[in-house]
Amino acid sequence: MAKITFDGIEIEVPDGTTILNAARQIGGGIVPPAMCYYTPLKGSGGKCRACLVKVSAGSAKDPRPMPKLVASCITTVQDGMVVENTINEQVMDVRKGIVEMLLINHPLDCPVCDQAGECSLQDFAFEHGLSTTRYEEERRTFEKIDIGPLIQLHMTRCILCYRCVYVADQLTPERVHGVLGRGDASEIGTYIENIIDNDFSGNVIDVCPVGALTDKTFRFKQRVWFTKPVNAHRDCETDKCNGHVTLWYKGKDVLRVTARKDEYGEVKEWICNTCRFDKKETSDWTLEGPAHINRASVIAQNHYELPVVNPQVILDLPESTTRELERNPPLRLGGLNN
Amino acid sequence: MGRKLLTEHINVEGINTFEVYRKHGGYRSVEKALKTMTPDEVTEEVKKSGLRGRGGAGFPAGMKWGFLAKPEGVPRYLVCNADESEPGTFKDRQLMTKLPHLLIEGMITGSYALGARTSYIYIRGELLYVLRILEKAIAEAYAAGFLGENILGSGYSLDLHVHPGAGAYICGEETALLESLEGKRGNPRNKPPFPAVQGLYARPTVVNNVETIAAVPIIVNEGGDEYAKIGIGKSTGTKLISACGHLNKPGIYEIELGLPVEEFIYSDEYCGGIWKGRELKAVVAGGSSVPILPKELILKTAAGENRLMSYESLSDGGFITGTMLGSGGFIAMDETTCIVKNTWNFSRFYHHESCGQCSPCREGTGWLEKVLHRLEHGHGSMHDIDLIVSVAKQIEGNTICPLGEAAAWPVAAAVRHFRHEFEWHVTNPKEATVPGAVYRGAAVLA
Amino acid sequence: MEPTTAPAKPQFSAAAQAEIKRLLTHYPEDRSKSALLPILHIAQAEFGGWVSPEVQDLVAETLNIKPIEVYEVSSFYTMYNLKLVGKHVLEICRTGPCMLRGSDELTEHLERITGAKVGETSPDGLFTLKEVECLAACGFAPVVQVREQYYEQLDTPEAVDAMLNELREQIHRPILSWEENELPNSLKNN
Repeated sequence: MAKITFDGIEIEVPDGTTILNAARQIGGGIVPPAMCYYTPLKGSGGKCRACLVKVSAGSAKDPRPMPKLVASCITTVQDGMVVENTINEQVMDVRKGIVEMLLINHPLDCPVCDQAGECSLQDFAFEHGLSTTRYEEERRTFEKIDIGPLIQLHMTRCILCYRCVYVADQLTPERVHGVLGRGDASEIGTYIENIIDNDFSGNVIDVCPVGALTDKTFRFKQRVWFTKPVNAHRDCETDKCNGHVTLWYKGKDVLRVTARKDEYGEVKEWICNTCRFDKKETSDWTLEGPAHINRASVIAQNHYELPVVNPQVILDLPESTTRELERNPPLRLGGLNN
Repeated sequence: MGRKLLTEHINVEGINTFEVYRKHGGYRSVEKALKTMTPDEVTEEVKKSGLRGRGGAGFPAGMKWGFLAKPEGVPRYLVCNADESEPGTFKDRQLMTKLPHLLIEGMITGSYALGARTSYIYIRGELLYVLRILEKAIAEAYAAGFLGENILGSGYSLDLHVHPGAGAYICGEETALLESLEGKRGNPRNKPPFPAVQGLYARPTVVNNVETIAAVPIIVNEGGDEYAKIGIGKSTGTKLISACGHLNKPGIYEIELGLPVEEFIYSDEYCGGIWKGRELKAVVAGGSSVPILPKELILKTAAGENRLMSYESLSDGGFITGTMLGSGGFIAMDETTCIVKNTWNFSRFYHHESCGQCSPCREGTGWLEKVLHRLEHGHGSMHDIDLIVSVAKQIEGNTICPLGEAAAWPVAAAVRHFRHEFEWHVTNPKEATVPGAVYRGAAVLA
Repeated sequence: MEPTTAPAKPQFSAAAQAEIKRLLTHYPEDRSKSALLPILHIAQAEFGGWVSPEVQDLVAETLNIKPIEVYEVSSFYTMYNLKLVGKHVLEICRTGPCMLRGSDELTEHLERITGAKVGETSPDGLFTLKEVECLAACGFAPVVQVREQYYEQLDTPEAVDAMLNELREQIHRPILSWEENELPNSLKNN
């Protein structure tokens, strides 16, 4: 075990834990943002530099500060380490700079992007960015690439986190896409026209922190904050899929199916394409209850997370009533959403 | 006249062949090391010599060797970094072309010290013709029993291979080089783990520059203490300086560290002064990534002392008034040089060479180039000058590998010392965009 | 990125296959992917100076790796030409030290003479102009590389013409043999 101090808070974690995961054990506003790191994906992290923190004391044995800021997602703790995140001005400044860098070539097309409302870049920019830009040059654009009937690749939005590449490497039998080109001309692609087609390919949508990979079956159907997440499961026959999902309802309709994500947007159980794309009837599923949504999320702003209302009940109500409930969600009436 | 250690025999006819090289004392260090020294004793001599990495970082080579993990039963590697591509640097190419056996001798002696049984020379792909020269020399060394099984009956065996890159400056960064050697994109790795623990194929690895490895035979032959007597202070030994730009005699010079910069530029023994009878304006002393210095500061330190060609003297004054010895890529610029254009050129280089893996470098290098392009072409504003300094600062120190710094430093230094020239481009866009136009005002001292 | 396609499945010559076999002995058996860069060089030399998707697939097959692993690498390194090129690719160094000694003028001169702009191939199909970054020959600037040959100190029209004439007369330059390779002039006499 190693005892560390993170933003003045002491915590003891197992040896080998990364600084980021130690901070996540503390939780709350002190947790550094992570745009590329993804716990279940081996090798991820270190690239976006959003999670840089100051190590003001390396360890009890060697209490010298580390000369440069370090990526908290890949740096493991040492006993006696002292880490500064939100309390360190340099860290906050650098983070502003990282937001700026990630945005200079981003199209900022949130109004037409399906990811809006659950986009890590949007959250990151909201929390750490400036409302103006100093970038006057032409923005980089890519042509849209078709990678099959189910997944849309919109490279212009990509921040090159490499997560989708790791998914293909670690979850699917044959990777057909990767990072091509170099520098700021790097792109995710298949090089020759190819479709990404295998049982688990849909997971690239869930791991994408931005709107670069989106679900074609959900495309432009609804803003996510007008949909209601409900956890559900089914007996899935696909090998390695246990059918634990989140259904996103609009009224009685299941508009999309995703894997379940934790509060840091990470999927713990991957789901297969059958569950994701083919099972969009409530009758396909056994409902468990509302999915937990972070209170700060825009998705929670509009909707309920109120255990008193069984979603099954809502689904059984006549449509006029559900519409009314949408206009006046019980959560607001209950005043619990503060 | 300084001592020549590496290049003593460089102009001997046929020195690129095993036979002639051997006749001139070649491979003595292999005999000495394998027959009379333990591997640790070889490492000890390198430590004593004070030899510093010649690729640019200047890290003590013996210390780097000392960090190598040696777990039982796990192969370890010595990899030679011959990916010479720092603009202004062209010494390794010359050394390998003319003295291939010196590098091979260093590889054998070094591999013995580190306990490597297979070693690689990673050479930049553009130098395929040098790869052929090395492979031919390696074949000769095998035939003479200096490579392969049971070298000189010592029981020590070594295989040595040459591996080409394919056009990527970033592969000079040691972990990118290892990725490339594994047949992948040259994306630098996150550190730790360092190559000394997990390098090539996740096994312990030392990566050294060509010139560093070429110095090993001399150190083993003469002894580390003797080597350390050459040079000045912590800058021991000799260094190959690649001199280029507006010099009368550009080329490669082996100097004893501690030579005054002024003598290096102006004496006939070295660069013979500035071409076309012009005045010196500025120097980039250690490859394109180190800070540019105006004439006044490259010849004398801020304190008025003679600037010397050594790690310490060149960095005297930090980045405010100093620079770095770096790789020894010495680029001289005469009075007609446009600093803005040159800075844009360097920025374009780093933009082109960024691997694109981490966001500050991928996005920042392109941003810098675009704004500098605007400034150079007369479309910039005063605000842009501060902008590039700010963007450079946002990259520096926040990237996975040192390419971030390499891209940021030249920009910051150019504005630091030549701000007036940038301002002139803003206030006189018409004059500034005339081909060959250059600001003739005095360089501004910090 | 839309590579041009070439017809018919390519195959390595016997000489190339022998060279590949030799290269594979350089790396641990389970690490044959290490040979990817050198094999791509061989492929480029074998198949007309560029690597088509079909050629890249052949390389993938040779190494028993996924095609995407080859595409990722070929598109990262600038020496691999992903599109059809002329008989000679003139790689003109444009970086600082060469620029200080006239690489801009050299490029303009070459564009004028060959009728091709940078990135294009001359109408006669002989020359493709390609700007590259530092070739590590800064002391002999300005510099052009053509395959394995360095042409240095191209600071006069005469020097450039001599280079082009030499190239025009070349029928085929052997690639896989070191014996045939000459040193650049600067290294011969320096």
